[in-house]
Amino acid sequence: MTDRRRHHDMGGLEDGPVENKEHNSEPWEKRVDAIRSLLSDEKRNLLSVDELRRGIEDLGADAYDRYNYYERWMAAMSNILLQKNVLSVDELGRKMAEVEARQGNKPI
Amino acid sequence: MSDHHHGHSHGVYDVDPLHHHPPQPDLEDTPLTHHQIMQMAVAELLIEKEIISAEELRKEIDFMDSITPVRGSKLVARAWTDNGFKDRLIADSKAAATELDMDIGPIPILVMENTPQVHNLIVCTLCSCYPRMLLGIPPDWYKSRSYRRRAISEPRKVLSEFGTDLSNDVQIKVHDSTADMRYMVLPMRPEGSDDMSEEDLAGLVTRDCMIGVALPGSASAS
Repeated sequence: MTDRRRHHDMGGLEDGPVENKEHNSEPWEKRVDAIRSLLSDEKRNLLSVDELRRGIEDLGADAYDRYNYYERWMAAMSNILLQKNVLSVDELGRKMAEVEARQGNKPI
Repeated sequence: MSDHHHGHSHGVYDVDPLHHHPPQPDLEDTPLTHHQIMQMAVAELLIEKEIISAEELRKEIDFMDSITPVRGSKLVARAWTDNGFKDRLIADSKAAATELDMDIGPIPILVMENTPQVHNLIVCTLCSCYPRMLLGIPPDWYKSRSYRRRAISEPRKVLSEFGTDLSNDVQIKVHDSTADMRYMVLPMRPEGSDDMSEEDLAGLVTRDCMIGVALPGSASAS
């Protein structure tokens, strides 16, 4: 098949029945959504909807398939903040290690 | 101190409005996932850099919690009882919503009216665009691969999977949402609902009716 569409462009493809699933948003999902919303507002203007979508599409087919919905948002949002030098790779890495240590989790 | 009662050492945990202290994962005994750790780290860094505040984050979550499909159903019920409002809603939903003291935000939402001849259905094939300011957070199935793939190619079959079987002479129009243009379905007022109040009518209008995968329940017991 010579379908040159990118992985997110799936309209019209075949698939099984729609599973009528839903869940109440988890607190961390709401926080991702709220951060996204704040970064997009007029005060900050750091992240447009289109930028987020581009960021999600740029995660690549593999991550797109493996990550769940808000994981994609979170990964894309972090990448965009790094690209815009709002955060540095170093400080994000250090902060993540700090958060993880505080939670008593074993390193992944 | 004009701040609230939390000490400085706990300040960073204020990004989590539901678990003040001690800090805990969202689900008891479940280690935080990589992305949950990333979320907390990004929130804390943005707060430290004073790009956002913990207060703004809490308020935003409260605001998002307040946006539910009740908003959409109020507009539908008003449209069912006031033809002039219906025309205004279809012409300019943002302006019409202000008549009910509702702000639907900057992104245009087109209201698509169902008729005996035409049934409307909304989808976002590329991602998950949705009339959030009227319906809240989209359900998982709306964001699912199968719905995004099939809603535009076999909508009748998809509708039947939701228990909505339309007559073959009803045309189905599917509207593919984008980041800059969202849609909401204005369902048909059910027969036998003539004597109902606007408030009771709003109770018939579910989220799924306004996405287009369901029809409003009949006024009498279904």
